[in-house]
Amino acid sequence: MCSLALFPPPLPSGQTTLCESNNELLPGTSTDDRLKQDSSPLSLYFPREFLKLHSRSESNSGSKAAFLDHSETLWMRSAAAWRDRGFTGLLNEIINSDKEVPKWLSVSSGCILALLQRVSSFHSSLFPHLTLSCEDMITEFSQVLNWSDCVVRAFAWHPHTDKFAVALLDDSIKIYNPKSVTTPTLKHRLQRSVAAVQWKPLCASALAVACQNCLLVWHVDPCSLSTRPSSGCAQVLSHAGHSPVTFIAWSPSGSFLVSASPVDTSMMVWDVAAESCVPLQRVGGGGVTFLSWSPDGSRVLASTPSALFRVWETKMWTCERWPSVKGRCQSGCWSPDGSRLLFTVQGESVIYVLTFTDTQGLVGIPASTSTGPQMATVVADLSETTFNTPDGDIIVGGEIQSLAWDPRGERLAVLLKGDLQEAGRPAVIAVFKTKNSPIFELLPCGFVQGEPSAEPRLMQFHPNFQHGALLTVCWSTGRITHVPFYFLSAGIPRFGLGGSLSLPPALEKPDDFANQSLFTELIS
Amino acid sequence: MFSTQQSCWFTRKVICWRAAASNAWAVLLLPPITAVFLITSRFSLFRPIQTISECLSLLTSASAIFCFILLCGVILMSGFLNLEYYTVIPNIACSKIALLGQLLHPRQFVSFLVHSIMGIIVAWCCAITIGDRYETLAYPCTQSDGSSRMCLNEFHVVLVLAGGFVGFSHSLLSVIYNINYVSFSAVQQYKYLRFKGSLSLVVKCSASQALYSIRNYIVVYFFLGHIPKAWMCKTLNLHLSSSAHPLDSITGLLDLYLLYHLWISATFLLFIWYITLLLFRIFITEAYSFPVQSTFTEDSQQCLPKVLPEKQPVVLKFLALQDLALLSQHSPSRRSEVFSLSQPGGHAHNWNAISKECLALLNELTQRLVAHHDTVATNGRAKSLSTGSERRTSSETSVTSEDLMSPRPTVLTKTPASVFARSIVGGQQSPLTAPFTPDLDSPFASPALRRLTAPVEQCSPWHGTVQSPHVMRRGPKLWSTSTDSQVNGSPTASPGLVPSPKQESAKPSFLAQFLHNRKEQVKQFLAKRVLIMYLFNKLPEASSQALFADSQAHIWALEGLSYLVQASFSEDQFGVVQTTLPSILSSMLFLQEAVDRYFKLPHASSKPSRSTIGMGDSSYKTLRFALRATLKTALYRITTTFGDHLKAVQMSADHRKRLQQFLEYKE
Repeated sequence: MCSLALFPPPLPSGQTTLCESNNELLPGTSTDDRLKQDSSPLSLYFPREFLKLHSRSESNSGSKAAFLDHSETLWMRSAAAWRDRGFTGLLNEIINSDKEVPKWLSVSSGCILALLQRVSSFHSSLFPHLTLSCEDMITEFSQVLNWSDCVVRAFAWHPHTDKFAVALLDDSIKIYNPKSVTTPTLKHRLQRSVAAVQWKPLCASALAVACQNCLLVWHVDPCSLSTRPSSGCAQVLSHAGHSPVTFIAWSPSGSFLVSASPVDTSMMVWDVAAESCVPLQRVGGGGVTFLSWSPDGSRVLASTPSALFRVWETKMWTCERWPSVKGRCQSGCWSPDGSRLLFTVQGESVIYVLTFTDTQGLVGIPASTSTGPQMATVVADLSETTFNTPDGDIIVGGEIQSLAWDPRGERLAVLLKGDLQEAGRPAVIAVFKTKNSPIFELLPCGFVQGEPSAEPRLMQFHPNFQHGALLTVCWSTGRITHVPFYFLSAGIPRFGLGGSLSLPPALEKPDDFANQSLFTELIS
Repeated sequence: MFSTQQSCWFTRKVICWRAAASNAWAVLLLPPITAVFLITSRFSLFRPIQTISECLSLLTSASAIFCFILLCGVILMSGFLNLEYYTVIPNIACSKIALLGQLLHPRQFVSFLVHSIMGIIVAWCCAITIGDRYETLAYPCTQSDGSSRMCLNEFHVVLVLAGGFVGFSHSLLSVIYNINYVSFSAVQQYKYLRFKGSLSLVVKCSASQALYSIRNYIVVYFFLGHIPKAWMCKTLNLHLSSSAHPLDSITGLLDLYLLYHLWISATFLLFIWYITLLLFRIFITEAYSFPVQSTFTEDSQQCLPKVLPEKQPVVLKFLALQDLALLSQHSPSRRSEVFSLSQPGGHAHNWNAISKECLALLNELTQRLVAHHDTVATNGRAKSLSTGSERRTSSETSVTSEDLMSPRPTVLTKTPASVFARSIVGGQQSPLTAPFTPDLDSPFASPALRRLTAPVEQCSPWHGTVQSPHVMRRGPKLWSTSTDSQVNGSPTASPGLVPSPKQESAKPSFLAQFLHNRKEQVKQFLAKRVLIMYLFNKLPEASSQALFADSQAHIWALEGLSYLVQASFSEDQFGVVQTTLPSILSSMLFLQEAVDRYFKLPHASSKPSRSTIGMGDSSYKTLRFALRATLKTALYRITTTFGDHLKAVQMSADHRKRLQQFLEYKE
């Protein structure tokens, strides 16, 4: 079992992780790091102050009351209440204006309202997350650490080229491409509270955005010189009861888009071009929070707000239920061949693995049920560990916010939540070296750290980095940095035109796995 | 030809069984549906237990069993109609008059009639099961003078007629909303799960449609209710009770219980139809796995490479293409059979047959689009010189006339739905699937034009009845009033007995030329009339949809080809795919060019309005967008897989340039 105690200690304050080379993470002081970063075209900095934050017009009944003309007739007010707040709003309006309505009506509506509240409180006692507000819900279930406070709320590399999309706190999305001078800014009336963005695979232009009330699919022409594509370039996909959308995932073949909402028990499979969707509903769970499509496209992980997650196979769309003991599945990622699923559970500080043996597609057997493993095994224990550093003790470990596995399956980044309030317990990214074949192995690599005050919020691996793996980290300061891991890949060469970043190839030498203790399937 | 034989085995072994299974399930679901209906219709809040016990005793009574048998008959009948009328290529009316033509088609007429009768039967069963005041047609009543006579029970009449009306309006709406169109779901699911997923939609649809139908019915009954009432009294020698309130009055129709019972009965009626339809759709579109190659020669006709080029039942072709798309994505073992060589001889027969058919499909679509573009372009030029205002109205006319003037038989046979032309025309299954290609199907289509296409249809004994009938009827109407009797007479004729087209197609060509000139004059005269313009004005959205009506086949062909090519990079041991790669790429790029050009036309890229909730499947409306997206993804799939290796593939400079765009992700 891999544990944090085997990791090299964190860097002293003021130093940041530059890159991995020759099998170790190289530190750099923040000043020369800054210089280096700023010269790189892909490193970005979004100071919080520069973002024009529009005042959010929440449907706040308090502010409403200040403007509402109370001399309106009961009919008008009831109609307005019905339109704005639905049935309960109508009942409330009737109860509040009890002087104007007959007594039996106000009494009966009071009874109905009480009954409704009982029912809804019972319902939400089953699924407590339903009482959360929209923003809180996204914050709760997002893969981004402390989403509501983030300057960079979502980030997505294009799967084939070097461009990426960044969703900012002001609900705009910017697209950066090192080969182009224009950075299109996408804004749309419905684009609010962006929880996730993802580029469509096998396509140059389509970008799916998970918003508060709907899904948007932008078609940004890569050759266009326009910096503000009109909202006509966006397709709006919405389905009643399917909001807020907290996660989206394109199938690796680019044919489907799956979306998840914690309030909707069904997961939507969208045929984006036809704008049609197929809801896949199963009893239990109370919603879908996180989705992850295996790189070979054969399975989808879908976690729910309760202690249960599902693994769908995508041929006939059947699912396996995986009840977990402690909490909901917080994050997960697939190995490149789609045979292994690593996941973490809320409230625990361990990483589990599920291994799938593929029996599908054998001689003419139509849609054999995916034969999964019987049990998940623990592969890494990330419980809190104290490191003695010159700056004092630093406690690292605890709950895991998100996982990311590089496309070759050689580096695994784990974003540890830490404790935001307490000093000395920062959120850090722990990076493991992994090996997938012939047996699964996990061994420590190191911590990725940023500037002293910055904590990592969001991370993603570049989908086709030539010289190893490239981890992009979005920090709480609004800075986006890229940490390259230079190594010689032992895995299968990747086809296609990988974009190559203009980063210096370091001395490459094969990893020696002669480290002390490591997780392998043989030992466990 | 074995095409007939082929269609026989597939229809006999698969389609019929699937239809029968769906009907059997619908019949099995009938008892619970009836029980739910009974409980909801008789439920009283104050005596719940008594209601339930009453319902239980009623369910086991003789009359209930008789009703049940009748309902089973209705389900079987509607299942038969589903099988007879279903189509996998939507029947899109390009103008108002075409829609009218569809509605007045004799086959539709039969459908209206049968549905109305079924509605009446179901409503009668509802009246029996609800009981109470609805149960009998006549009841003894005492007149004002004290004598006792049999009076007409108007509640019974209202309920039974409501059934007939709902049945009629259902079949009317089914034409307008293309309810007979069966679309294939992109997401494969097991039948039970698909059924479970759509059940709530069916309930919602039937309840809401019942509400609208009953609203319309009440209006109709309010104004016309006295006619059936008087007729029944006269024929059955019944009397109108003077004490009872007449129901075709405002106070009579405002009886809430009556409205509720009407609505619940209509919902029940629509629900059993929709359930039957839903089950039929689910069963018919279930993926069918064709063997790629067979060791036995007698089965060889059923193998995928042999089945794919078949045109006979369109559904067979669609299922084969779907199977191809699925196998290329999901099953390596079947892919390896596609890439395998024949045992003696070492030819890649499987791959060659499959790729040839897919490429033929793509090329056919390319040609169709190019021809469409040409006609639109030439049309625009020609008309803009003369009268600009009339341009839109008569666009289709000049299309056909130009086609006539410049003999382009190749284009003609290829352009409008040539792949499916024969199958549709000859198909006993789906005579209504006549493709509404915008060009051929103009209301002004002349007999001569039809004569040009006639040889294609000659082989079919059905060609007279089934070639889109409104063309037949509308054609003569516009340039000779002498055939008008035929027009008016034809709707009442039974579907098998429409004789007119055959005679027309035998007319000599000089007559056609004459008629053509006449037609031009008549057309110019008519184009000035507002109503005519309204009727004949081509709906741009509908003609776009019609152009891509069968594009689901192309989408599967593109997916199948691209996935197979992608898999061939690592799985194709003998390099069979390499030999066809240049032609695949050039076909796709040609199609890409044609699609791009098409989407630059006005109206092409505007999104159709999303349909409201209904059982009519509107997925055909967005097929062109789906095709465009699939085409691009397919090209990217190939370029991403092969990367720079594609530079070694032989192709024209234009295509190389285009492909380079794809390689650089700039499309």
